[in-house]
Amino acid sequence: MTDFQFPLPKEEYMYPGHSACPGCGEPISMRMLLKALGPDTIMNVPAGCCAVIPGVWPTYSLKIPLIDHAFECTGAVSSGIRAALDHFGKEDVTVVGWAGDGGTADIGLQSLSGAVDRGTDMLYIMYDNEAYMNTGNQCSSATPCGANTTTTPGGKSHQRTKKDVMKMMIANGIVYGASLNPAFPEDFMEKVVTAKGIRGPKFLHILSPCPSGWKFDPRNTIKIARLATETGVFPLYEYRNGETIFTKDLKNRKPLEEYLRLQGRFKHLSQADVEGMQRVLDESIQKLLKEE
Amino acid sequence: MIEASTGNYAAAQAARLAKADVVAVYPITPQTTISEYVASMVQKGEMNAEFLLMESEHSAMSALIGASTIGARTFTATSSHGLALMHEMLMWAVGARTPIVMPVAARAIGGPWNIWGDHQDAISERDTGWLQFFCENNQEVLDTILMAYRVAEDRNVMLPAMVVEDGFVLSHTVERIDIPDQEEVDAYLPKYSPEFFADTENPMRFGGLVTPDLWTEFRYRIAESHEISREKLKAAEKDFEKVFGRSYGSPVETYRCEDADAVLIAAGAVAGTAKEVADQLRMQGKKVGVARIRVFRPFPSEEIRKLVSSVPSVGVLDKSYTFGDGGAMFNEVRSAAGTLEIGSYIAGLGGRDVPPKVLIKIFNNILEKNRGTVWADLKGGDFDD
Repeated sequence: MTDFQFPLPKEEYMYPGHSACPGCGEPISMRMLLKALGPDTIMNVPAGCCAVIPGVWPTYSLKIPLIDHAFECTGAVSSGIRAALDHFGKEDVTVVGWAGDGGTADIGLQSLSGAVDRGTDMLYIMYDNEAYMNTGNQCSSATPCGANTTTTPGGKSHQRTKKDVMKMMIANGIVYGASLNPAFPEDFMEKVVTAKGIRGPKFLHILSPCPSGWKFDPRNTIKIARLATETGVFPLYEYRNGETIFTKDLKNRKPLEEYLRLQGRFKHLSQADVEGMQRVLDESIQKLLKEE
Repeated sequence: MIEASTGNYAAAQAARLAKADVVAVYPITPQTTISEYVASMVQKGEMNAEFLLMESEHSAMSALIGASTIGARTFTATSSHGLALMHEMLMWAVGARTPIVMPVAARAIGGPWNIWGDHQDAISERDTGWLQFFCENNQEVLDTILMAYRVAEDRNVMLPAMVVEDGFVLSHTVERIDIPDQEEVDAYLPKYSPEFFADTENPMRFGGLVTPDLWTEFRYRIAESHEISREKLKAAEKDFEKVFGRSYGSPVETYRCEDADAVLIAAGAVAGTAKEVADQLRMQGKKVGVARIRVFRPFPSEEIRKLVSSVPSVGVLDKSYTFGDGGAMFNEVRSAAGTLEIGSYIAGLGGRDVPPKVLIKIFNNILEKNRGTVWADLKGGDFDD
């Protein structure tokens, strides 16, 4: 990992006045990401909360160029931006594709896979709020098992496990991958700076708690984000040169129940359900630790 | 330099001569060889472009929107299902004001499968906001791509442009063409220099959410640019003639229409055959002419209105069909002319040849002032022997 010096850089590239909901995890991460990358950055965003949060025309809260486009083409647009920048000798500009879990794991998966396959020098961010939140909380392939959404009403009907996009991207040929959590800013910033220093396709998976979709008190955003990692639901790791290294301890974990009980999307779960989910989580982490 | 060239080779040569900065490709019949020719020229160093192999046409158009927003001159080509898959991004390219230039080797759209030529793909994109040019021959394909960049990149236009060549009839048919020298093209087509482009020195947003409070004004500006493009194209063609000695009578080329009793309006390569047939019929004393719609978007309403009002009888040939409404070009002509007294002919769908004998029947039908829609080459139809 890069030796990143705290405190956070003073320079702001995301200003107040953006249009995120109170307690939204996304602007916290976007602000930190841009602080770590600095001004030589061009970002592109598809449909989603990420298209609305930077401001409604003509207001704009970011201090970097931003290119909007349709839902499924973040990877492709990133390739095009990169090609044009390279053609004009601007290899040092970082290209960021910032898309949600719907725009990445579902409708944008083909275009992302194409961009990774082309070896596009880009930083692709999947900010993961675990459902189609901009349209009002519909199930995506990143929605965790048992979660209530408007298209999995009651939650019990949703028995699929969350799609592991990182594994797909590793198989696809990324040069760097990492999971990031806004509740761990040092770890977050270090990973962004590391990624910036590597040429090629990089994939960052950012957990993005959503108060309105996950149904929690907006004051608990960071608390829930922290619990996601502390319980092992969202392990923090880095992938590079064929190796995965966990950057936060996974062995001593808090009970999953602490994470689940703060969120309305899981309120229907019985004690037996929670215990069952804890067993599944424990097994998957044992597997991960063996792979490390 | 005089060369034997298919329409696709001519299109690729135009991309080289225009010095496209970024090319993004995805193969589809009958466009594929355009992409192959460009790939080969880039590899040999004859063309200094970033060459992107995409995983779909949707992504090809998306990549070019990104590249164009950085300030690159961009190029791709497609056909049929590829164009249909691009539809969403065609509209986006217009709203983003990215002057992408794209030849379309026009082809039928399935299902069931049909890989051969007609105009259904290009005609179906008429509402996207792209400038649309229909070419009659391979020389015109090359020349029109160069003109298209001139018009599309004009700071008062800033709209993408589609250059339509008939699939196989032009795309794969060899003709004698004159490939201009680079110096001449450089003199005609300046470097792309947009007023606004994504630049870290001057950060701004390209897109965003526009509310009902301003959406109409955004649309109006695009409509205005379409209107401005009419004169810009005429000027671009005049300049083209000065440099290269060729012109095409944009937006509507008329052939022997001045004293005609009957005029057939058509677009694309079939107009070439129609001119030959008109010559034959004239020798038999039948005064017929051909009007070729070269610019379909913006639609040349004024020119069409004048033409139709000056000719006793007019018919329109469509190589596509709008179900539930009829020939698209016919309906546009009828609407521009303000009269119902126009014949409509559907022919040449899905690669069916439109030979002189079909066109003779169409001309005779126009002379007889028959009205209504005739499927002119339908087996067992009105014109079947």
